[in-house]
Amino acid sequence: MSNVTLDIKAEQAKAQAEIKKQGLRVLVCAGTGCVANGALDVIAKFEELGVNVGKLTQEDKLTIIPTGCHGFCEQGVLVCIPQLHTTYVKVKADDVDEIVHKHLEGGEVVERLLYVDPQTKQHVQSDEDINFYKKQTRTALANCGNIDAESLDESINVQGYEALHKVLTENNPDAVIQEVIDSGLRGRGGAGFSTGLKWKFTAANKGGKSYVVCNGDEGDPGAFMDRSVMEGDPHKLLEGMAIAAFAIGADEGYIYVRAEYPLAITRLRKAIAEAEERHYLGKNIMGTDFSFVLHIKEGAGAFVCGEESALLASIEGERGMPRPKPPFPANKGLFGRPTLINNVETLANIPAIILKGANWFASMGTGTSKGTKTFALTGEVNNTGLIEVPMGTTLREIVFDIGGGIRNGKKFKAVQIGGPSGGCLTEEHLDLPMDYESLTKAGAMVGSGGLVVMNEDTCIVEVARFFMNFTQNESCGKCVPCREGTKNMLKILQKIVAGEGEMEDLDLLEELANSVRDGSLCGLGKTAPNPVLSTLKYFRDEYIAHIKEKRCPAGVCSAMKKITIDEELCKGCTKCARTCPVGAIEGTVKNPHKIDQSKCIKCGACLDACPFKAIKKN
Amino acid sequence: MTNSLFINGKQVEYTTEENLLEVIRKAGFNVPTLCYRSDLTKFGACRMCVVEVEYPNGRVVVNSSCTMPPEPNIKVKTNTDRVRKIRKTVLELLLSNHDRECTTCERSGSCELQKYAEEYGIKDLRYVQKKKEDYLAIDNTNPALVRDSNKCILCGACVRACDEYQGHAVLGFANRGSKTVVQPMAGKNLSDVDCVFCGQCKAVCPTGALTIRNEVNEVWAEINNPNKKVVVQVAPAVRVAIGEMFNMPAGENVIGKIYAAMRQIGFDLVFDTNFAADLTIMEEATEFLTRIKKGENLPLFTSCCQAWVRYVETQHPDMVNHLSTCKSPQSMLSSVIKDFLPTRKEGYTKDNIVVVSIMPCTAKKAEIKRNQLTKDGKFDTDYVLTTQEFGQMIKSAGIDLKTIEPEMADSPFGEYTGAATIFGASGGVAEAAARTAYYMVTGENIANNDIVELRGVDSSAYNKSVTLDIKGTKVTIRVVSTLREAEKAIQEIKAGTANFQLLEVMACPGGCVNGGGQPISCNTPEKRALRAEGLYNEDQKDTEFRRSHENKDIKKLYAEFLGEPNSHKCHELLHTSYSDQFTGSYKDI
Repeated sequence: MSNVTLDIKAEQAKAQAEIKKQGLRVLVCAGTGCVANGALDVIAKFEELGVNVGKLTQEDKLTIIPTGCHGFCEQGVLVCIPQLHTTYVKVKADDVDEIVHKHLEGGEVVERLLYVDPQTKQHVQSDEDINFYKKQTRTALANCGNIDAESLDESINVQGYEALHKVLTENNPDAVIQEVIDSGLRGRGGAGFSTGLKWKFTAANKGGKSYVVCNGDEGDPGAFMDRSVMEGDPHKLLEGMAIAAFAIGADEGYIYVRAEYPLAITRLRKAIAEAEERHYLGKNIMGTDFSFVLHIKEGAGAFVCGEESALLASIEGERGMPRPKPPFPANKGLFGRPTLINNVETLANIPAIILKGANWFASMGTGTSKGTKTFALTGEVNNTGLIEVPMGTTLREIVFDIGGGIRNGKKFKAVQIGGPSGGCLTEEHLDLPMDYESLTKAGAMVGSGGLVVMNEDTCIVEVARFFMNFTQNESCGKCVPCREGTKNMLKILQKIVAGEGEMEDLDLLEELANSVRDGSLCGLGKTAPNPVLSTLKYFRDEYIAHIKEKRCPAGVCSAMKKITIDEELCKGCTKCARTCPVGAIEGTVKNPHKIDQSKCIKCGACLDACPFKAIKKN
Repeated sequence: MTNSLFINGKQVEYTTEENLLEVIRKAGFNVPTLCYRSDLTKFGACRMCVVEVEYPNGRVVVNSSCTMPPEPNIKVKTNTDRVRKIRKTVLELLLSNHDRECTTCERSGSCELQKYAEEYGIKDLRYVQKKKEDYLAIDNTNPALVRDSNKCILCGACVRACDEYQGHAVLGFANRGSKTVVQPMAGKNLSDVDCVFCGQCKAVCPTGALTIRNEVNEVWAEINNPNKKVVVQVAPAVRVAIGEMFNMPAGENVIGKIYAAMRQIGFDLVFDTNFAADLTIMEEATEFLTRIKKGENLPLFTSCCQAWVRYVETQHPDMVNHLSTCKSPQSMLSSVIKDFLPTRKEGYTKDNIVVVSIMPCTAKKAEIKRNQLTKDGKFDTDYVLTTQEFGQMIKSAGIDLKTIEPEMADSPFGEYTGAATIFGASGGVAEAAARTAYYMVTGENIANNDIVELRGVDSSAYNKSVTLDIKGTKVTIRVVSTLREAEKAIQEIKAGTANFQLLEVMACPGGCVNGGGQPISCNTPEKRALRAEGLYNEDQKDTEFRRSHENKDIKKLYAEFLGEPNSHKCHELLHTSYSDQFTGSYKDI
């Protein structure tokens, strides 16, 4: 291969000089969540006001930088001013005036916009002191929220493309693969297969045309790790892909992104164009004869297209249906050619592994699960958002330290991990290290990293029904166990939550779940029964309560709810009767009212309406 | 290279087998399959062929044997509790979503789902059964095929057959989850898409989801109508296949028994389409030589296969002038019957003759509805029954084809040569045409009748060609089966790289022996080759004459009725025209 002619150090110096010129950098989170909360208005307001704010820095300048996701979505819109060690939360456009005049000009921190620690009730000025951030170790997300995602210079300033420069200079693809193997990195998309070995198997078929494909079809409900990387640090992903392409001998690649991620698509397209223009991608990268051309393929939103063989079929223009394996993509993938397919987060870890070495990466995590993992923390937890922690961190640390515990002082009940393919973990698993093996053993899986925290008000049977409804709708319909099996599992669950379940249904449900797991063609079907099997294992009592006692312990399943009026407490104010949308409440003024149970739809409107707390739900 | 593995404890050798299922079956074991078709892409959807495999490193997996390659020293178990449970669950699930009115189903007795449900003792239906009111409408708009989604198990065999054989993809999957269905594009009816009626979808269907449009009862009604004279003809490929429905081996030629059964059923006259095949050769060879002489509309496309004709009309309307104007043998015979018989046979009038043809083909049911194949507002052919329907008719008449004594066909359309018989296999038409064209040009018979380069019906022989030297004139004949191969030939013509003058196309893989109306044999592809062998055997051994121009009755017909090949009378009766658009080609059904 011809030599690398690009001087990365000089490029970095140039980029740094450019950034210095920006003066005071105000980072406004412009991830999808914050944009929904009005980040674009905040940015507009800053730009409107942000002229001639020169009193605080040597440079007479203020630069507003829209970044990718900061992770602390619960508190958006986030405004970070690293040079002033300040992070403002829940910022609205109306607050910008105060930030600019009071803080940036006046030097006085706007206290009311600082984060308040839910435990200590203290204001926290710098994100370095916020528990949510303090307990995290950010590798894949290192730059997310800290750089302008739409600027190649910003990426170069934080060592972007330095790893690619290194591997091209050293020109030893096998050594790159060995480094990845030694790092212990495993696929972050779900299955957890050794990334290095996958590269090795694909590289073994070197010679003809090969492809590198990035799986960005993040479909789990509540998961947004990959989206955040693509939106917040697109160049890191591109660099990871280029390194992979160099290692396995590919010259063409695809990023498969769901069309529901328009911001990610826009930023990736922009990043590819800029990187190609400056020879970090495309033809003759960094002056060598290594070329890597990247395409974006927008997915139409089928969950199953996250399954790699279905994803490849979709890129080829076929219906997104999984294909039997073997043959594996490493041997026969896209357009029948050897194909390396990795998840976004997996690829985003590559540049750091190359720069800091396999040992550095392997020093984080547990014996068999190395490095860090991002999780999308959602549900009934105080601090929802995007986090990255070393593998092996316990559920307790995530839920209570980073997540700040359960909202409104409620009791922790369970965590659904790994989305519709994962399982429910309970209180007894709180000290379980989050690694591939421990989770699989407990009946769950790391999956892509969705973490839904549930409190005591959550009905576990309803949760199982929810996920089964999801997989049934998203099944591609190809193999019988998944197509018909999930449908029938759903029917049984519907029967139970409707209060019509029988004990035999539990045996049939379990038998069917096992056959679907054993018999399905692809990962979607094989893991679809996990929510059912894990809840049957850990919350069997709750199923039995639904069946035998016709009772929903969490009071969620409306078919089993009964709303009654306490005659002692009812003053006959008629408010409930007037509120009831179906006319189920009868009674005359100043006399106790009654609910006609055959008419009641258990909506609970009367509960809220009663001024005397005379209406009860059980 | 020979390797070995273990199946249920028995050491078994394997060499080039593509998948574990083949190894299992060759070794005398069996596992059930619903979506597996050996010559289509391995789909892995039904999960019936799951086996438990233990690898030498101790890893145990359960996977579909149709998609797993054999590996040395693996231990395969075909009947463990785990895999039997999966199979049973699959069957129970399929049945819960299936129209289980087996007694009225076209496929009762030959349905693979029914067979396995019985074998696996499915008696207790534990899952919620699909309600009648949720049934989808049956699509019976197509002249050849009926599609009943309520019997579809979504094995995708039809989708693959349409795509992989015909490159046509008329059928596809739609929707997701349990709402998934197989349907023509955009949910249209099978009559509103460019279906070519080849019936290969039906041929690979394991259940009654795709069936032939059955017209047996209508034909019985004609036979039992004293005012009608019902004349029957039978195509070449039927004679070597129908025996399978009566426990006779594939490839056994039972034509004499077919004639006898036809008479017992009550047909008034029994003719053989083979006669018309010889007639076709006289016309088509003449037409071919004329085109060569004039140098126009070459290469000449054969026109016997209606699926192919329909394909050209709908997909390449600019090329219809390449098609031979000869009607198919079936349609030639029908128009000759209706024109000739009233003048020669007492009691036969143009109004009382009903022509029924027994065909290996579903597309023939559509062909007879063509506007161009009518005279005075009446169809030349009144009914087409496929081999399958005719077998059913024989059974219901209480006839055992195996024991019935053979008889002869009726005159004057019962005589035929070996050249006609081989029409039933891909390459046969071209071979027969070559024999007669050679004679027409040189006045001598070709030295070797056997043009072996044009024979073979398996997937390696979907595309074949030969160059003949007719006394100094070199003629290249290209023979393809499946429309996927035909499309390649068309693209060569369009690109200007085609180096052939005659193109024979049969849409069904291997030709009419494997037609969509033949007895069900999708799990036994070797039957196709045996049937073809039966045809070539008759050509070689049983027939006195092997060249169409030697057929005495043909000579007589030209002398007394038609004049010369391609004469005015011939054009009126034996030739047709094509439409460059589909609309209006077929009469309403």
